Amino acid sequence: MEAYKDILVNSVYLIASFLFIFGIKMLSSPTKARKGNIYSAVGMFLAIVVTLLNEHIISYQYIIAGIVIGSAIGSFIAIKVEMTAMPQMVGLLNGFGGGASALVGLTEYLQTLDPSNTRVEVFSAKMAITIALSLIIGGITFTGSLVAFGKLQGIVSGNVIKFPLQHPLNLLLLVGVFGLLVVGVFYPTEQTLFLVILGVSLLLGILLVIPIGGADMPVAISLLNSYSGIAASATGFVIDNNMLIIAGALVGASGIILTNIMCKAMNRSLLNVVMGGWGQNAAAEAASGAKKEVNIKSIDSEEAAMIFDAASSVMIIPGYGMAVAQAQHAVKDLMDILNKKGCDVKFAIHPVAGRMPGHMNILLAESNVPYEKLYALEDINEEFANTDISLIIGANDVVNPAARNNPASPIYGMPILNADHSKTVIIIKRSMAAGYAGIDNELFYNQNTLMYFGDAKEAIGKLNNELKNLS
Amino acid sequence: MEHTDLFMLIYIFALACFVGFELIAKVPPTLHTPLMSGSNAISGITIVGAIIASGIEDFKVATVLGIIAIIFATINVVGGYLVTDRMLKMFKKK
Repeated sequence: MEAYKDILVNSVYLIASFLFIFGIKMLSSPTKARKGNIYSAVGMFLAIVVTLLNEHIISYQYIIAGIVIGSAIGSFIAIKVEMTAMPQMVGLLNGFGGGASALVGLTEYLQTLDPSNTRVEVFSAKMAITIALSLIIGGITFTGSLVAFGKLQGIVSGNVIKFPLQHPLNLLLLVGVFGLLVVGVFYPTEQTLFLVILGVSLLLGILLVIPIGGADMPVAISLLNSYSGIAASATGFVIDNNMLIIAGALVGASGIILTNIMCKAMNRSLLNVVMGGWGQNAAAEAASGAKKEVNIKSIDSEEAAMIFDAASSVMIIPGYGMAVAQAQHAVKDLMDILNKKGCDVKFAIHPVAGRMPGHMNILLAESNVPYEKLYALEDINEEFANTDISLIIGANDVVNPAARNNPASPIYGMPILNADHSKTVIIIKRSMAAGYAGIDNELFYNQNTLMYFGDAKEAIGKLNNELKNLS
Repeated sequence: MEHTDLFMLIYIFALACFVGFELIAKVPPTLHTPLMSGSNAISGITIVGAIIASGIEDFKVATVLGIIAIIFATINVVGGYLVTDRMLKMFKKK
């Protein structure tokens, strides 16, 4: 009987692993993606149900209670969250995943120490290493994600937070925690040792994320996403479960790929982002470049409407400012109005626009902009030369020509959208303030650039009204 | 003894990483946010470990930790899948 149950459980775990892989595979097409996500969820459901058959589980009431409470909280936040707040939502969920893995590691550890337990036998080196790893990775993911959440939500300062000897301290703690892991292999029953490992990891999570500033958040979120997967894999090693290892590895790979894409899109190394390098050298630059607010051409909604009325092709470049102003619906209205006039409207999306990979895409999808109209940097950059108007909404560094032609600029070498190649550039911005990199944007002073000051949502709303009056 | 077992697990981990890299490299940028939240939900698979760890008979510190782990992992799973579905629903229509 037991043997059959074992075969059943393992077969279902195998099926669940397949469903996770198929689910992710189907994410390669926007039309199949939703079904893929459902496949993946079915895999998870099957895995959970079959786990409840495990012979070591004697009492169910706490397990059921935990699942009910977790489901209630999870569904509540998933239904309530605004699309603009998706980066912090993902950050928070990462944290829960990492926290759960660390707790499973700790629980396994305490149970192994407990002489009355019947399930886990004796301590081996493998047990000590894998438990320590799930404590370390899970712990860092937990507090790191909570800090990232706090920064994105505005609870913790979103700026780069620096203090003296920060990097030596982090390095010391990181080396130290792995040193403790090695000690743990030789003294696996030293409970304090493992608690210290967890404590240092929790501290490290905080310290590693606080120096990462606003626009570098896409990197931090992607990296933490990867960690949460690797933490799940580590837990799989602890309890000898292949499905956990496979599922965790898939997530780990996903996070690493996204991290890599984000870093490339900023022309920076991961180390540079993690150390919070950008904000600092840029501050000096900003101070020196702040004085030349001379040749700015500013327009109002009426003038803007007249220019748009005459255009036959418009390229919209959204940035974090669009998310902050919740302007995505106004942008969609503008697209409809222009389309009605026979004007072609496309969207050019920089990989690091917003606060997480794909942030702009979901906002525009929310306002029903067809995804075929959204173009990635490498697919659209040639087209700017044949575009009448580039409309930049709350984006800054990703269109700064200094990245192409000023080797002294901190963002030099970063791939940018060539908005300056279009006939006219209209920039909607609240003020002349610098972007995240803290540097001046020469695009603002170009001959063909017009500044249209205001809150993105309001400004586009007014523009839409003017355009309607014109026709 | 268990050296071979450990290597088996490492093999699986390494191969799954390769599968992950191959699959995810094909996901278009437009779906990167749902990819993150959806893969995030998958990392809640650690709930399996939490369930096994917290079902033992007597109620001890470890059981409490296990239950908190279940709550965390369930938030991760349920929240992750639901929010991903909410997003992907928007991508469906033209």
